[in-house]
Amino acid sequence: MQAIKRKKRKETIIEGFFLICAFVAVISVLAITVFVFFNGLKPFISNSYPIWDFLTGVEWRPGSNMYGIFYMIVGSIYATFGAILIGVPVAILTAVYISELAGSRLGKMIRFAVELLAGIPSVLYGVFGLGIIVPYVLKISPMAQGESLLATILVLAIMILPTVVSISETSISAVPKEYREGSYALGASKIQTIFKVVLPAARSGIMTGVILGIGRAIGETMAVMLVCGNPIAGIPTSLFDQIRPLTTNIALEMGYASGVHQELLYSTGVVLFIFIMIINLAVNKLVKAKVGS
Amino acid sequence: MDTNIKFNTKNLDLFYGDFQALKSINMEIREKEVTAFIGPSGCGKSTFLRCLNRMNDLIDCVKIKGEILFDGKDINGPIDVINLRTRVGMVFQKPNPFPMSIYENIAYGPKCQGMKDKNQLDALVKESLTKAALWDEVKDRLNKSALGLSGGQQQRLCIARTIAMNPEVILMDEPTSALDPIATAKIEDLMSSLKKDYTIIIVTHSMQQAGRISDKTAFFLMGEVIEFNETPIIFTNPHDKRTEDYITGRFG
Repeated sequence: MQAIKRKKRKETIIEGFFLICAFVAVISVLAITVFVFFNGLKPFISNSYPIWDFLTGVEWRPGSNMYGIFYMIVGSIYATFGAILIGVPVAILTAVYISELAGSRLGKMIRFAVELLAGIPSVLYGVFGLGIIVPYVLKISPMAQGESLLATILVLAIMILPTVVSISETSISAVPKEYREGSYALGASKIQTIFKVVLPAARSGIMTGVILGIGRAIGETMAVMLVCGNPIAGIPTSLFDQIRPLTTNIALEMGYASGVHQELLYSTGVVLFIFIMIINLAVNKLVKAKVGS
Repeated sequence: MDTNIKFNTKNLDLFYGDFQALKSINMEIREKEVTAFIGPSGCGKSTFLRCLNRMNDLIDCVKIKGEILFDGKDINGPIDVINLRTRVGMVFQKPNPFPMSIYENIAYGPKCQGMKDKNQLDALVKESLTKAALWDEVKDRLNKSALGLSGGQQQRLCIARTIAMNPEVILMDEPTSALDPIATAKIEDLMSSLKKDYTIIIVTHSMQQAGRISDKTAFFLMGEVIEFNETPIIFTNPHDKRTEDYITGRFG
């Protein structure tokens, strides 16, 4: 009797330990959220800086007490959109090539390369961008510098490849072979089969990959910081304009800022946070829709 | 040459890697007849069927020797595979409609061949569904997903999809094995009505089915054709002991 009780208590303790481990993630996300929101909303609640000026301003001059992030929001969205526009088609076609067209050896090789790409630290993407892409952009740019929206887009487009390729490839491979056989048996060519049957059938998985890619692009900091230019003002109007995404704004100044300046950097984080949350909700919805169908 | 012969195979061998799945198959399949392939699982009957529209191309490490003449031309020679597959359609074991609307499922094949005219497509969809005895059941929901149909309806849709290509031959790989008896009866009726226009070759596990619908039956065993003859002869007076053993249920 005693032995059973002891055994049961041991089980409960171990279970409790698992629970604590599981809660590390939950507590972390809560802590980060509360911390960022608490600090980020302070200046607006205490009226030390008007929220409207913060969200619509197009100049960030801490020295003159001007903290507008609208041009950063625009820069972040442009950069993300551009990266998706270039990166997604390349990624989907890569995924198609790996799973449908390449022989097994070449396919494995490409997949391996894509996995390696995923493992490269983001600062190295930035260094690569600064060393290779920025000088090339400078050559064709009417501006005096190569750091630009275009350079940012190109770096981000490469960075989202692994995410979009691997998720697309998984969902393309999950398309039942019966669909392909059915299509071939009706006299469709390989390319017709891929574009008319396989890709539509894999659509929801590919969309999930694209949205995760958006999340990656909008949240990327280190690589972008090195190639975007980080201007203190101005909505970008051309691909050669410099941009200052939300992420780099925080990373550049958090180290030395204090007072309202520091709080408004947290506010920038809040805006970024909301963007990311919207994206995550979209992913969840898509994944659910996929299970539902 | 007998012009009524649609397919003629000569010493056809097929290997999956080192494994020989078909051994020297010689068979003449006649136009506008129903030919049934029977035999135990793994005997090569589906493999042979898939040779006839080169579906085995999709599997790596398949090697084929010998000839498969279709209207006198070797289909493993320098021919257009796409053209072959439009002339030799196929219906699979598991109904496999595409995840799109009923209409799009039928229009898919013709569209792939470049048919664009909406009226022409509409007419073809209606005609194909009517021939497959499905029109009355789906005419009000042509734009709904084909995946919402029952298994039997899905299989008839797949037949309609094949008919839409106006093929000369329809290959059927155990088309009713995933269906209930009522749906099976409908498909069998359909096959009897289709045979006046098409050459039908069917793989089946059900000997009753072969007996009911086919004109000729081939009995496969371990990659060989043991016996190929008029269906009534196969079932009432088989020449080979192994055929008799199989159809009387002594093995298989």
